[in-house]
Amino acid sequence: MIEQTVKIVNKAGLHTRPAATIVKMAAKFKCEFYISKDGLNINAKSIIGVMTLAAEMGSELVLTFDGDDEKQASEEIIDYFKRGFDEL
Amino acid sequence: MKKFSQIFKDAENKITGIAAAPGIVIAQAYLFTKEKLVINESEITDVEEAKQNLIDALAKSKKELKKIFAIAKEKMEEKRAAIFEAQVMILDDPILLKNINDRIETEKKQPEFIVNDEISKYQSLMMHSYETYMKERAGDIEDIKNRIIRNLQKKRWESKIKNDMIVVSDSLTPADTILLSRSNAKGFVTDHGGLTSHAAIISRSLNIPAVVGTHNATKHIADGDTIIVDGFHGYVLVNPSKEQIDFFKEKIEKLVELQKSLAELKDQPAKTIDGKEITLLANVDVTGEIDLVITNDAKGIGLYRTEQIIEELGELPGEDEQAKIYLNLSTRIYPKPLVIRAFDIGGDKFKFLDFDEPNPFLGLRGIRLLLENQKMFKTQIRAVLKGSKNNNILFMLPMISTVLEIKRSLEIIHECKNELRDEKIYFDKGLKIGIMIEVPSAALLTFELAGYVDFLSIGTNDLIQYLIAVDRGNDLVSDLYQEFHPAVIRTLSHIVKEAKKAKKPLSICGEMAADTLAIPLLVGIGLTSLSLAPATIPYAKRILRSISFEKSKLLAEDCLASATVDEVTEKLEKFFKDNSIKRTRNII
Repeated sequence: MIEQTVKIVNKAGLHTRPAATIVKMAAKFKCEFYISKDGLNINAKSIIGVMTLAAEMGSELVLTFDGDDEKQASEEIIDYFKRGFDEL
Repeated sequence: MKKFSQIFKDAENKITGIAAAPGIVIAQAYLFTKEKLVINESEITDVEEAKQNLIDALAKSKKELKKIFAIAKEKMEEKRAAIFEAQVMILDDPILLKNINDRIETEKKQPEFIVNDEISKYQSLMMHSYETYMKERAGDIEDIKNRIIRNLQKKRWESKIKNDMIVVSDSLTPADTILLSRSNAKGFVTDHGGLTSHAAIISRSLNIPAVVGTHNATKHIADGDTIIVDGFHGYVLVNPSKEQIDFFKEKIEKLVELQKSLAELKDQPAKTIDGKEITLLANVDVTGEIDLVITNDAKGIGLYRTEQIIEELGELPGEDEQAKIYLNLSTRIYPKPLVIRAFDIGGDKFKFLDFDEPNPFLGLRGIRLLLENQKMFKTQIRAVLKGSKNNNILFMLPMISTVLEIKRSLEIIHECKNELRDEKIYFDKGLKIGIMIEVPSAALLTFELAGYVDFLSIGTNDLIQYLIAVDRGNDLVSDLYQEFHPAVIRTLSHIVKEAKKAKKPLSICGEMAADTLAIPLLVGIGLTSLSLAPATIPYAKRILRSISFEKSKLLAEDCLASATVDEVTEKLEKFFKDNSIKRTRNII
């Protein structure tokens, strides 16, 4: 299991477009992938779940990956967070 | 035997409305109330059926969203496009769907209840957020939730529709009307809508009697009641007495006889008694009508409303699919002409999720939308060209209001022709291009606009509503929608004169052309080509064959000098009386 805290760095926050991109990325991997924030733990393979996360710039999320391809999944998805969802 | 007026005066079980499509029918009522989004929480017995209904409703919702997206994507800003994409993804959300399916299995309740409950959970999480954009997002989720629920309810209703019933509804969309006609609806009664509402137009096309704009039919009629619909006079009788049933049964017999005699007119020319020949063309909404067009011996298709293809298919068809439809239709009618009108989308004809226009009728519709969405426009033009192998297709542009719109359209058409030439695909090099005259500015500029095109066609429905500034779908003012308004008649006369001056053929294809009372007036003004619903052609032909062209001209002059609707109507009625011409509604 891989657990990592990430920070939202783009101005618009985790809005609908990045939410959709994250879910599409997650769908490519077999491992489980959860995002938690303020006590809310969301299955990140669910678009409607990810959309319920209100994550503005500066807020912190905990990402958890668990499964065979967890390393690859975490690298790709954490990188997307670090790039500020390609909106920097 | 009592007279009609007597029967009706005595009736306490009557509902009045607008006579929207001719015919009389006695049958059971089926109440089709779809607007209210009331969640049904009842238990289910067949879990597998419920799960299948969910799958179907999700597929239908996806199709609808894709249709909206295909039409709107060029105009959609990126943010809206992302929300649209997310909505489509929700329909495939594995976690959400698993929860819903699990709950259907364990709780055995209507899927619409479980869908509502599950999705609302997420919404309440969003609503509790302090971020304002989260509340907006909850609204987007609301859209998709309601769409799924609506489609689930539709499934539930569809399974309830029995054959051979009269459908009673608050209002009907074109898609509803087509769907219901497939289950052999015998008649339509609606609370809202006027003569030119889509339910009315399509009922006339499909030859199903209809009374619309009753205001309260859904309140007075219960599911399963026996009702009589008189589509000639606009009356509905609820749970009729034996006397009323006998009376209308006799009317139906007379009607059958009349229709037989009308059928005999089929091979007779549409000529006035003094020898003036009028071309009677057909308006086509749904491809299924083509049989009726041929039976009634229309001289061609004067208006093919292609936006109905989108309604019928539930999605925007691609180039080849469209080309096939156009080629088939032109082959069926060959060698007579087929006028294809470019998609007239917008206004009341299509509700976009993404364009909440304050004034849709004055907004992005017809040619304006096509010029903004050139990809869609080009797909249709290429399809029309590809389908033009029989050399009998004409192409018509809707909602033209300026010369520039014609010029830009012609450029795009030219571009498409060059493309096809390069691709070595055959098309009719002489394909004629025409425009609709349905906006007052176009009417005034008839002569100038005519210089750029090969033919013109008046669309009275829109022309009247724009001329009088009245929304035909708004019950509060729809009384003001008057086809015999002197301003309408003078405008029509102006268009006729200017088209003659420009030496360009002119036709008229609105609902007014199908009003038997209007026919002598239209002919008298100088119109020589009328395009109307195929079912109404024999009625129009019967009137034409009993009037005099010379007398009609005098009538038109008289009407052109009138100042009020009442004066015009009086003159028309007097004309019918003086010349002993009986309207169909007065014969049976």
